[in-house]
Amino acid sequence: MADLNHLIAEAELDFAACHDIPALENAKAKYLGKSGALTDALKGLGKLTAEERPAAGAAINVVKQAVENALNGRRDSILAAAQAKQLASETIDVTLPARAQSAGGLHPVTLTLRRVEELFHSIGFSVADGPEIETDFYNFTALNIPDNHPARAMHDTFYVDSGQDSMEYVLRTHTSPVQVHYMENNTPPLKIIAPGRVYRVDSDATHSPMFHQVEGLWVDEQISFANLKGVVQDFLQKFFERDDLTVRFRPSFFPFTEPSAEMDMSWNGGWLEIGGCGMVHPEVLKHVNIDSNKYRGFAFGLGVERLAMLRYGVNDLRHFFNNDLRFLQQFIK
Amino acid sequence: MQFSEQWLRSMVNPALDTAQLGHALTMAGLEVEELTPVAPAFQRIVVAEIVEAARHPDADRLQVCKVNVGGEVLQIVCGAPNARAGLKAPCALVGAELPGINIKQAKVRGVESFGMMCSAKELGIATEANGILELPVDAPVGQDIREYLDLNDYTYTLKLTPNRADCLSILGIARDVVAMTGTPITTPAIQSAAITSQQVKTVELQAKDACPAYYGRAIEGVNAQAKTPDWMVRRLERSGIRSISALVDITNYVLLELGQPMHAFDLNLLQGDIQVRFAQAGEQLALLNDTEVTLKADDLVIADDNGPVALAGVMGGRPTSVTDATQAIFLESAFFTPDVMAGKARRLGLSTDSSYRFERGVDFGNTLNALERATALVLEICGGQAGTVTALTAQLPARKQVTLRHSYLLSILGIEISLAQVGQLLTQLGFAYTETDGVFEVSAPTFRFDIAREEDLIEEVARLHGYEHIPALTPVAPQSMLLAPEATRSKHWLRDVMVNQGYQEVVTYSFVDACWERDLYGNGQPITLKNPIASNLSVMRSGLWGGLLDALDYNLKRQQSRAMLFELGARFEKGTQGFVETLTLSGLVYGSVQPEQWAAETRVFDFYDAKAHVEALFAQPVRFVVEQHPALHPGQSARIYLGDKAIGWLGKLHPQWQQQYGLTSACYLFELDADAALATQVPAYAEVSKFLPVRRDLAVIVDQNTSAQTMIDAIISEQIPQLQMVKLFDVYHGKGVPENKKSLAFLVLMQDTCKTMVDEEVDTIVARILNNWSSNFAASLR
Repeated sequence: MADLNHLIAEAELDFAACHDIPALENAKAKYLGKSGALTDALKGLGKLTAEERPAAGAAINVVKQAVENALNGRRDSILAAAQAKQLASETIDVTLPARAQSAGGLHPVTLTLRRVEELFHSIGFSVADGPEIETDFYNFTALNIPDNHPARAMHDTFYVDSGQDSMEYVLRTHTSPVQVHYMENNTPPLKIIAPGRVYRVDSDATHSPMFHQVEGLWVDEQISFANLKGVVQDFLQKFFERDDLTVRFRPSFFPFTEPSAEMDMSWNGGWLEIGGCGMVHPEVLKHVNIDSNKYRGFAFGLGVERLAMLRYGVNDLRHFFNNDLRFLQQFIK
Repeated sequence: MQFSEQWLRSMVNPALDTAQLGHALTMAGLEVEELTPVAPAFQRIVVAEIVEAARHPDADRLQVCKVNVGGEVLQIVCGAPNARAGLKAPCALVGAELPGINIKQAKVRGVESFGMMCSAKELGIATEANGILELPVDAPVGQDIREYLDLNDYTYTLKLTPNRADCLSILGIARDVVAMTGTPITTPAIQSAAITSQQVKTVELQAKDACPAYYGRAIEGVNAQAKTPDWMVRRLERSGIRSISALVDITNYVLLELGQPMHAFDLNLLQGDIQVRFAQAGEQLALLNDTEVTLKADDLVIADDNGPVALAGVMGGRPTSVTDATQAIFLESAFFTPDVMAGKARRLGLSTDSSYRFERGVDFGNTLNALERATALVLEICGGQAGTVTALTAQLPARKQVTLRHSYLLSILGIEISLAQVGQLLTQLGFAYTETDGVFEVSAPTFRFDIAREEDLIEEVARLHGYEHIPALTPVAPQSMLLAPEATRSKHWLRDVMVNQGYQEVVTYSFVDACWERDLYGNGQPITLKNPIASNLSVMRSGLWGGLLDALDYNLKRQQSRAMLFELGARFEKGTQGFVETLTLSGLVYGSVQPEQWAAETRVFDFYDAKAHVEALFAQPVRFVVEQHPALHPGQSARIYLGDKAIGWLGKLHPQWQQQYGLTSACYLFELDADAALATQVPAYAEVSKFLPVRRDLAVIVDQNTSAQTMIDAIISEQIPQLQMVKLFDVYHGKGVPENKKSLAFLVLMQDTCKTMVDEEVDTIVARILNNWSSNFAASLR
């Protein structure tokens, strides 16, 4: 029986010369195919004697196994190379920009109001609203503002031409009328905030004829001026995320609250006026049939644009109503 | 209210410096709006006398003066034309610092100069000056000018609230300082003048309710040309009142000092008796400010035999006013009630120091005192002989007792303050009271018009106790959770959906240009404002599109090329009674669907993009029905329905308006009743079918203008129980489809909840659908 060991080296050389799977399968035939050298050798075993056969067969199988190993090794490396090539060809620039939609955003006044609502909601305040075209009664009379009060003058208040009836209509000058509507339709205890648009005849660098206020009202049996101070201070500290922020109340006068106060907030070493407040005036409670001997309440009004300007560092009120996308899109978060 | 600090300190002088006093006033409710020194902080300027003045050898306009500055005579070169020997004037010594000037020893055109003679402008106490400030001959040489001119003074400007009319005088503010600090007060001494004239004017008080107190007196032999003393001029000027003449200055001085408006008539120009009465409609009066007014029957006047001579409490008449030629006066001090005075001055376009005070309430307990005070000043400054006071009084306002319960006060304020402390504060306020078992009965003094109820007293106690001493306390209250209806979405949800679709929120004015209403909404009868701030902001919007288009225009002019904008706000319409406001969500898309980028082909927005944005807002399917809107392209306009209710519009901006707004590409708009999108339903579970659904695709050919929605509606109205869904998935024109026709392909999904559907059942339903379409839309299977 001829020595077959040389076949191993020949096969390894032949297989190494193959660079794809079909070529490898062709090369394989020379050794392991139907008329391959090893197949022939195995067929030749029949001519040997029974004594010779086992040793010769074993020798052939050793060679066959080695050839098959070489074949499989080569197949694996061809496949690995092909996959590596495929992966390389599929590589993209992952730093290219995404296939993005434009990002939308909320107006900074909305962001501010949402924050105000969330904070007050967390201590049980509901949100109430009311009409922006108000009757003279709700905007003034029910709030204990006398007929000859200067705020009623045409140079302060927008009057709406109603045409059809004798009722006087105004664009609400504050959110306080919402208090009145709410108290008319609900019984104490009451805890609401009323955010919304308000209007005054004023237009310059620091005044807009339309702006936003948020009104707060808490009516219950045991509500004090000290509580008003507590709630407002808590709100401002949470709104600005500043524990060191303090509130200063200064005596003031509003027809619909008594005692009344202007609220100042500590800011950069000084004081900034941020709104008015006070204990709901008994005349206001009387208008809505709430017993002022049993119930009392506090009310406050905050300027929303003021809060937004301080919170976001906006330096000009007019930005809020120009709707310049370069301004608005700074508030996308 | 503007006043001089030194004047106030002449009545009450608490141990507080200027800044502390300002803070105390602010914290007591008398807000100090402005606090300005009357002169800059200079030093080393003294009263000096020019003892010699000679022409400068080398300069025509300069003089070389020898100046006595007290103990020393200095050589000073001076350019002022009024510098002359014998003149007393302020002199800045070497080392003095004036605004913008440091005084050094210097040579002026070769002559040594050891200081500077000063003008009022250089001292910073006047804005203009003509030469150096001439001081009176008796000015003491060498005295510091700050001391001599009383320049260590501040002007306070208070922003008073309308309830504190009592603080419209030095006396009033002094009283409040007493209440705040407990410091004693020194008020001007009031003495009745000696009667040395027989002149008595008869006054007839007709309008007793409007004028319940009237005092007047004649003073003869006055020198109307007397000079107002410097101290008075100074106090007036520092309180914002210009010196006019001694007699006028005196009435203004008493007005500021005591808060009592006064008027001086020229006695010799009054004809006959005085009447205090209402005007006869149409009476004329020439006022001091050179205007002529026509009076109404509710105007209160002072009149003589010839008619009105003054508009009571507002302004005197020109013909009877005091002049330099006046020799005798009739001095008036009266109380006119706030009710009668309210609004009168404003109606005539006038607001005077006098009317301002009478409208808010003048101390009716001090009317005669003020007359005596003014008389004393007239006699002192102008000389003359005073006549007997004509005094007429009627029913003065009552000061009813106000009850203050200590317990109520504590519960309203949430503080601890003892009975004794409350009593002490009331005393400091000058309020008389009695107290029994924690209940005070308080009478307000005549100068307070704002104490009518318990809360008024609580406010007084609170402000004197100090708002800053009231603690900030968290309320203690029973806790209960808030309602949160699951079937209602919040406005914030609505906004978030818009933002997540790429929209930017804007806020536009609720008042708009009338032409937007006319063009975009066909609204020729908008809600108008009687007093708009500008003609293009004169009507209330009945829709939000105008504002959105305006915002688009603003941004396109600033290099933006695309925009997705929305606004959530009220629109306004006339109702059968009053007005109707509807919370409205409006949106606008313009330009390319995506921002410019490499990864997507540029495509501009179309109707169906905007439609998708609208549909994303609704839990229930909405229907789009072909209807026309003035703002929209007639062929690309749909009204949006939720059930049977019309809730909004969607469409392409009409090319006419697109052109008018100068938009280069198409703009799509929608507008919805926000409440419709806010309503949803609490999910309710339904059995999931165990049987597989059957799908059939049906392509039919119909007329080009057939509405797909109408075809779907027609099938839905058949109410086939197994029909799960009919959905359009393809639209085709072109080869194989006749002209003016289109091919629509629908996906039909059928399912039985109890069994698997067999082919015959499916075919029956398909046939039913095709029959419907065939008969209603002449549809043929493709």
